[in-house]
Amino acid sequence: MLNKRHAKPSPPLSDVALQWLIAALGFTVLPHLGHLPVWAGILVFGVAAWRGWIIGNPRMKLPGRWLRISLTLLVVLAVLLSFKTLFGREAGVALLAAMMAMKLLEARTHRDGLVLLLLGYFLVMSNLLYSQSPLMAIYLFGVVIVLLAAQIMVRRQHVALPTRGALRLSLRLSLQALPVMLILFVLFPRIPGPLWGLPKDAHSGLTGLDDKMTPGAISQLIASPEVAFRVRFAGPVPPANQLYWRGPVLWRYDGTSWTRSLDLPRQRFPYTVQGKSIDYTVVLQPHGNRWLFALELPYSLPPDSGLTTAFEMLRRNPVNELMRYPVRSYPHYQTGDLEPVWRWRALQLPPGNPRARALALEWRATQAEPAGVVRTALAYIREQDFFYTLEPPAELVEHNIDHFLFDTRRGFCEHFASSFVFLMRAAGIPARVVTGYQGGEINTLGGYFIVRQSDAHAWAEVWLQGQGWIRVDPTAAVSPARIEGGIQAAIDPVSLPFMARRGVSWLHELALSWDTLNTLWNEWVLAYGPDLQREFLSGLGFGPIDGWGMTIGMIVALGLLIALFAAAHLLSRRAAADPAVRLYERFCARLARRGLMRQAHEGPLDFTARAALRYPQWAAQLRRIGQLYASLRYGRALPDAAALRQFRQSIGAFKG
Amino acid sequence: MSALHPPISEPMHRDRLEAAVSQVGTVILGKQRAIRLALTCVLARGHLLIEDLPGMGKTILAHALASSLGLQYQRIQFTSDLLPADILGAAIYETQRAGFVFHPGPVFSQLILADEINRATPKTQSALLEAMEEHQVTTEGETRPLPQPFFVIATQNPSYQVGTFPLPESQLDRFLMRIELGYPDSEAERALLQGRDRRELVTQLARRLSSEDLMTAQSAVADVYVSSPLIDYLQSLLQFSRQSPLFRVGLSPRAGLALLGAARAWAFLSQRDHVLPEDIQAVLPAVVGHRLHPSEEFLNEPIPNLVARLITAVAVS
Repeated sequence: MLNKRHAKPSPPLSDVALQWLIAALGFTVLPHLGHLPVWAGILVFGVAAWRGWIIGNPRMKLPGRWLRISLTLLVVLAVLLSFKTLFGREAGVALLAAMMAMKLLEARTHRDGLVLLLLGYFLVMSNLLYSQSPLMAIYLFGVVIVLLAAQIMVRRQHVALPTRGALRLSLRLSLQALPVMLILFVLFPRIPGPLWGLPKDAHSGLTGLDDKMTPGAISQLIASPEVAFRVRFAGPVPPANQLYWRGPVLWRYDGTSWTRSLDLPRQRFPYTVQGKSIDYTVVLQPHGNRWLFALELPYSLPPDSGLTTAFEMLRRNPVNELMRYPVRSYPHYQTGDLEPVWRWRALQLPPGNPRARALALEWRATQAEPAGVVRTALAYIREQDFFYTLEPPAELVEHNIDHFLFDTRRGFCEHFASSFVFLMRAAGIPARVVTGYQGGEINTLGGYFIVRQSDAHAWAEVWLQGQGWIRVDPTAAVSPARIEGGIQAAIDPVSLPFMARRGVSWLHELALSWDTLNTLWNEWVLAYGPDLQREFLSGLGFGPIDGWGMTIGMIVALGLLIALFAAAHLLSRRAAADPAVRLYERFCARLARRGLMRQAHEGPLDFTARAALRYPQWAAQLRRIGQLYASLRYGRALPDAAALRQFRQSIGAFKG
Repeated sequence: MSALHPPISEPMHRDRLEAAVSQVGTVILGKQRAIRLALTCVLARGHLLIEDLPGMGKTILAHALASSLGLQYQRIQFTSDLLPADILGAAIYETQRAGFVFHPGPVFSQLILADEINRATPKTQSALLEAMEEHQVTTEGETRPLPQPFFVIATQNPSYQVGTFPLPESQLDRFLMRIELGYPDSEAERALLQGRDRRELVTQLARRLSSEDLMTAQSAVADVYVSSPLIDYLQSLLQFSRQSPLFRVGLSPRAGLALLGAARAWAFLSQRDHVLPEDIQAVLPAVVGHRLHPSEEFLNEPIPNLVARLITAVAVS
């Protein structure tokens, strides 16, 4: 059986189909060139060109089996050498692209063509592992249309279509598939996270705040123009000095860097809030960590997340996909008492920095209460000649707080926050470093707020008896412009990335329009997960709906769509049909009920003659009906009322 | 236009045509359909290719048609040493006139039976086929029109026989129809065996039509009405042949025109002034059989089966 199947060879792949395949696969690999190793890019396009050249020169031969096998082994070896593995996103894509090129070298049959097409569709998907921007989506739609055209060419072995014809057909097929795609997109029950497990390295290279602040970490982040998240406020945008987007809170200091302490998320809020609330929705770019950003302090929690003792919003899983969540925050809050264990942590200090310690103890001795110490420290930073700069002088390994406070006095927000917290702790006031973002840019076109990595910031929090945790931003003391006007106002713009500079340039306007488009895409396409889906569907009036409901809805919608297509098709035929056709169809239906079906290809005379053979008693009547219909439908004269009446009468008279 | 030849309202020609069909039927027994197709081919101003084994009555059919339709008849037996001049004619020096005088070849007749056309060399074949296409002969720089009406019946032995030069596809296309006669059924064969000598019978056939009558009928055929639903149906057939995996290459627009012309003639012969889907279906196997080639998947299936699949696959509109 199996041998028999093998005995029948697959028909050969036509040259045109092969050319289409080469072009389509070239387009699929093109976006990968940026991250493929150089040898892989050269290999793929070199082999494609080679194969194309063989088509053009029929005297050239395809490489022999041994050459192909050794090339393939070489490719595997090269991937192993480049990535030290064959698995994962990078190695996998390189291997796939290279193997596809190898397959091209032995493609001669229809079956090879199908294998290449499947590889091509898979490679299209693999592009989404790197970028999910609207531009990439548009590009990939184009690639799918070309691939589909290639598929049409592979299928039509002998009758080649002209290029435009193939593209038009493929475009038409794609457009016809569009409604189905939309239904599946909207109604297919979403599960949290991607459908399939992504390779481990799929989320590498994401930028964002870390749970560790080493000197220079934030000033490095400032150099990135990437968007951290976007925000839509329900009401007016709060003033700039309230725009503190809280991120990781750092407790532990080891003399050089600050780190988070182990802190588990819980579901209740350890503080009371007062005053007016701020409501907004955040669309967070993936950053590979668990924390979510919110204005200080949040009083609602996105699903699957909790609030730590340090008031950080933590999600159960790292944010590896775009995430959209609504938040309610209160700028005025009262956090209450401090448990001894946390108080101990908020006072922890490593040895060293004797001058700073001495200064703090002096303040503590002269001031009656802790609030006075805080004020004195801020005044100290404001009045001494501290300087806010992105390029601080080199750090010393030991006593770097002393070095900064008394020698260089040039630093960035992380230096100020870190030194301030050190001074507070040395004076016996519980304090901690809070990292996050401060400020942002409003996009008037899209009506939302953009917070970029360049808005990254670090500030301090101190705990005062009776007031609880309060925010203190030493950067505001040295450079009030940083807080009021953003990083652009405080720093020479030339040292900032282009997108983070602000000004009235049309290029910036254009960039903001593009960002608006991106935002809509992010909010409605990429962030369309389980929550948004439920929200969207209940917004359509479906009420609370679960996965089963969606599945049923999806099947019903697809069924309706098919029915709609069928009805449109039938109606267009109906509408064109003249009354004679309707009468004739009724007559045929009557005979069909008796068990005599008209074949689709049977003309009126043939059918009625067949019917006359079956029912000799009505032979004359049947023949007459056939002749009348034939001349009404195909005859020269326009069907007039009299002829039609005659036809109707003879059908009426037929008692069969 | 219809004022010039009003034969639609005039049943005379059809009756005579019908009479011609039945008269030929008295000689070629049991081949009613083939005779009708042959006459359809004449009416549609096409040429006919009969592919069959020797002794099936090809010659008799041609001869009987010529006699019944009142056509001047010539038979050319094709052989491998036949030259173009043997068909077209040649200029020969005549001493009395002291000059070259053109002696027309057998092609200058109204009905030609080109017997065993695939025995001749391609050069000779194409001489005849060009004359068929252009209805004129050009020799020694002079163009001479062929007589009207002009109708060629070519016969060909199945190409697997030895000593044949098969007609190329482009030349096969010149023939409106290709038919096979096939063996007669036993009843017809019995009558044939009992009856008189066919050749003798043919000579006694009466002329049923004048060549002028035939030309009038040919013009009338062009007036047979084709409705828009019928064009839809024809287009669906053509479209199917192009898209279906059955065929290597679909039907050309020329094949579509041939199909329509033949269907008109068939309808005319069936006493109708408009074409029905049945007419198309009746002529379809003869008209497209030699223009279609199975795709590789269906290489083993005989063409008539594929044509039948084409017919059953397309719904009438």
